[in-house]
Amino acid sequence: MSLAIEVRGLRFRYGDGPWVLDIGELTLERGTRAFLFGPSGSGKTTLLGVLAGVLAATEGEVRVLGEDLASLSGARRDAFRAEHIGYVFQMFNLIPYLSVLDNIALPARMDAKRRARLDGAGVKDTAALLADHLHIGDLLKKPVTELSVGQQQRVAACRALIGSPEIIVADEPTSSLDFDRREAFLRLLFQECERAGSTLVFVSHDRTLEGMFSRTISLPDVNKAVL
Amino acid sequence: MLVFDLALKSLRNRAFSTSLTVGSIALSFALLIGVENVRVGMRESFSNTISQTDLIVGTKGGTIQLLLYSVFGMGAPTENVSWEAYRQWAEHPAVEWTIPYSLGDSHRGFRVVGTNEDFYRHYRYRGGQEIALAEGRANTDLYDVTLGADVAAELNYALGDEVSVTHGIGEVGFVTHDHMPFTVVGILDKTFTPVDRALYVTLEGMEAIHWEDGAPPASDDEHVHDDEAEAAPADDGHAHDDEAEAAPADDGHAHDDEAEAAPADDGHVHDDEAEAAPADDGHVHAEDISIEDVEISQVTSFFVGTTDRRDVLQLQRDINDFEDEPMMAVLPGVALNEMWQGLGYAETGLRLVAIFVVLVGLLGMLVSLYTSLNERRREMAILRAVGAGPSRILGLLVLESVCLAAAGALAGLALVYGLLAAGQSIVEAQVGLFIPIRPPGPVELLLLGAVVTAGFLMGFVPAFKAYRTALHDGLAVRV
Repeated sequence: MSLAIEVRGLRFRYGDGPWVLDIGELTLERGTRAFLFGPSGSGKTTLLGVLAGVLAATEGEVRVLGEDLASLSGARRDAFRAEHIGYVFQMFNLIPYLSVLDNIALPARMDAKRRARLDGAGVKDTAALLADHLHIGDLLKKPVTELSVGQQQRVAACRALIGSPEIIVADEPTSSLDFDRREAFLRLLFQECERAGSTLVFVSHDRTLEGMFSRTISLPDVNKAVL
Repeated sequence: MLVFDLALKSLRNRAFSTSLTVGSIALSFALLIGVENVRVGMRESFSNTISQTDLIVGTKGGTIQLLLYSVFGMGAPTENVSWEAYRQWAEHPAVEWTIPYSLGDSHRGFRVVGTNEDFYRHYRYRGGQEIALAEGRANTDLYDVTLGADVAAELNYALGDEVSVTHGIGEVGFVTHDHMPFTVVGILDKTFTPVDRALYVTLEGMEAIHWEDGAPPASDDEHVHDDEAEAAPADDGHAHDDEAEAAPADDGHAHDDEAEAAPADDGHVHDDEAEAAPADDGHVHAEDISIEDVEISQVTSFFVGTTDRRDVLQLQRDINDFEDEPMMAVLPGVALNEMWQGLGYAETGLRLVAIFVVLVGLLGMLVSLYTSLNERRREMAILRAVGAGPSRILGLLVLESVCLAAAGALAGLALVYGLLAAGQSIVEAQVGLFIPIRPPGPVELLLLGAVVTAGFLMGFVPAFKAYRTALHDGLAVRV
């Protein structure tokens, strides 16, 4: 099976600051549901930024879907992210001035290649279908400011999933949910990742969820920059 | 189109600050366009003071001076043109019509203009509008006077009122000829040109004003009708200003049968000689002289309309080369333009102020966008996460300022037209400035383009800040 993510000799720091990441090797096969855990300050969010191509590796190789992001320009990395990666934040995932539907549709409208992956269906139809799958089909016309936190996270998941990107990156998306809702949210996320064939990189400091994943990575173990 | 959609929705989301910003740009742009309109209105009302006149002719002197005293009623004419010379040009084959003017006197600060029926027939202003009477009739008789609209309004005159004329120009004339009252027979419609600020008498009436104390400068020709008219011409040639040697009769009784009037036929400029000596026993009465008795000796200037406009330049040359008397013909359009150039610094200043006000309005926009950036960092991070590059964030911010500037400018334009539609007649009535309402012309479009461009350029300040924040923040919002 081919690799979704392959990191070798990655070192990263902000400007002239201390090293934040120092990862000798980290690989993820396609279709994995990976649980990446680590305490605050262990470089989780930074690693996700590098994997998503928002941050450029200071040193080393970061291959995502076979493409070495470290060798791409900033604009190319942005385009790569737009096409291949769905991203879910911990909270405040939604653009306040867009409707639920527009928030979900955003990646497809942002990037032509992502739009082309909708299998011929329209952006709105696809967004509505995803919303149905995540049980928020009745919220499409609502202003996002009227949604509960759980609803907001589902909208964010829909947005990450639209156009079936190969990789879904989720940065503690459940930390603001209570336990029952976390499980329900995760099940829906898994179900849709499976449907889309996406690799999931799920970051959390909460190990209670660990059992639901197919692979667990402890960041303090792989990141030598944090001692 | 996504970025445009985002920009619009984001602006709408911040409706309050957006409308404040658009409002301030609209007001400042309205000021700029308003100034432009007032400027055009001023210029137009200025150059439309007279229209359809091909040449203005007077004695040799400064072009602008001739224009000032014959069109704007400002400044003093130096010399006059003889009646013979005037008639000679008036009958020139290339000349279709003329309007003669005799100037140099005033009534309570307003000019008194001697002219004839040609004034009513041929004078045109603001694109061919004619002189019209608001009440009464045109002055035709010797002691008729027709008032310009402002004169009647400001001095509160009505038909039938008597008006005396001061010799010389200014609030206080040198000599007031109270014995020679003119009667108001008509009041002109308002024209919003200097026409409103003058009194109109016949050329003969004007001539009569210049007689010392109401008596015509007697000559010994056959015009003197009877022996009771002892008016003897002074032969000392003194100017009347410094010596009033005319001694009025003090018996004060009228002699209807005494027709002593004898017009001067020497054609001299009236300032140089006022030799008339009145009868020492018989008071000369204005009513005793009829218009036929007066012979016009001179005019100050005259307007010329040609039969064929192609002859204008040749005619101008001919008049300038006239050998009998020093004369000068000017093209009113050229002279008006020359004069307006001299006033140009005022409009430049006005415009400069308006431009600065617009810049202040745009700075307000910059501040409003800039201060909103901090609370929008989350939004930027989300956009980055879904694949927007920093340059796209920059584009979004620049587009927002362009939208604000364009919306402000368009609203300002609408405001100007709204105000013009509502206030045009009020402004015209209050300050006499007619501001034409016309579709936005190249100047408005240019200014519109300039404001949008300025908004575009200024948008780079917050946009660049957002760009750097987006680069720095990435997906996390760092403080």
